[in-house]
Amino acid sequence: MSKVVVVASGKGGVGKTTTSANIATGIALRGHKTVAIDFDVGLRNLDLVLGCERRVVYDFVNVLKGEAKLNVALIRDKRVDNLYVLPASQTRDKEALEAEGVGRVLNELKTMGFEYIICDSPAGIEKGAQMAMYFADEAIVVANPEVSSVRDADRVLGLLSAKTNHAETGTAIKTHLLLTRYSPAMVKKGEMLSVSDVLELLGIPLLGVIPESKAVLLSSNKGTPAVLDETTDVAQAYLDVVYRFLGEERVQRFIEEEKRGIMRRLFG
Amino acid sequence: MSFLDYFRSRPKSASLAKDRLSVIVSRERASTRGGPDYLPQLQQELLAVLARYEKIDLQHVSVSLDKTDGHEILELNIVLPEDLPIGRHASA
Repeated sequence: MSKVVVVASGKGGVGKTTTSANIATGIALRGHKTVAIDFDVGLRNLDLVLGCERRVVYDFVNVLKGEAKLNVALIRDKRVDNLYVLPASQTRDKEALEAEGVGRVLNELKTMGFEYIICDSPAGIEKGAQMAMYFADEAIVVANPEVSSVRDADRVLGLLSAKTNHAETGTAIKTHLLLTRYSPAMVKKGEMLSVSDVLELLGIPLLGVIPESKAVLLSSNKGTPAVLDETTDVAQAYLDVVYRFLGEERVQRFIEEEKRGIMRRLFG
Repeated sequence: MSFLDYFRSRPKSASLAKDRLSVIVSRERASTRGGPDYLPQLQQELLAVLARYEKIDLQHVSVSLDKTDGHEILELNIVLPEDLPIGRHASA
């Protein structure tokens, strides 16, 4: 059984690519054959975050146009077994993204035995984003606790409930909320929307909370997804998310401010 | 800011954000989700029925749904051609 998962947000810069990279890596670490597809045609970044940018020869658009075979375009990760990447093209050939072609590629991936197909959506609600979500079985909606991001997340939820293959055939797509760049200290001071505020506004179940952390930048600098260094808070948070996504129980963390001892406060 | 203001509780920006969002989100949901999805089709079908009786242009048929507290108003506005023979003039 294969599952197509779209990572969407509407607003740019909230952590879609970081989330796609970490969730795909985390699922693959759990032994599931996984592929992450970059739908951001013209602005490819997923390969960079996953550290395989120098191994890109063919891309998603080449495959859609029949210029390259799918198994040739797929990049196998050197660190994690079962993890593959299908990069976006850098040419602005957005017309290449058509439902028919995208559906064909997704079906081919399914027959190749991929259990999880993670579609990294571009920002916005235009063609690229619509194609990324069209065949999805589940959606991870990424939002920051910030007004414009929450508003855009709600717009994306509207699209997910209307403009997907599932919606058109009368079945609902399963949606999850991932709240990123969360700062419990600011929430405590009343300076940031809380998890419960956002949940109340959007009305979809919470998959997890990713704390604001420099580990995200450090991992993208290196091209190593955060989950590969389990010592960081972000890695822990994303691994929790992966376990929950795969159906395991994990208590929500990173919602409350961490209690720091006097020694850590002085020397931490 | 006076010394006393320091002790006065000011509205937190997070609750302001939440209030603003709940207004805008519910308004946008009303205009984009649930209900109005069928309006373009309704418009087409109405036109097909009317076309059997009168020559009517698509742009002269407008359909809108307004939501106010507690109830919805479905408004149909059909403008019939002006050059109809006398006696058959109608407006809706």
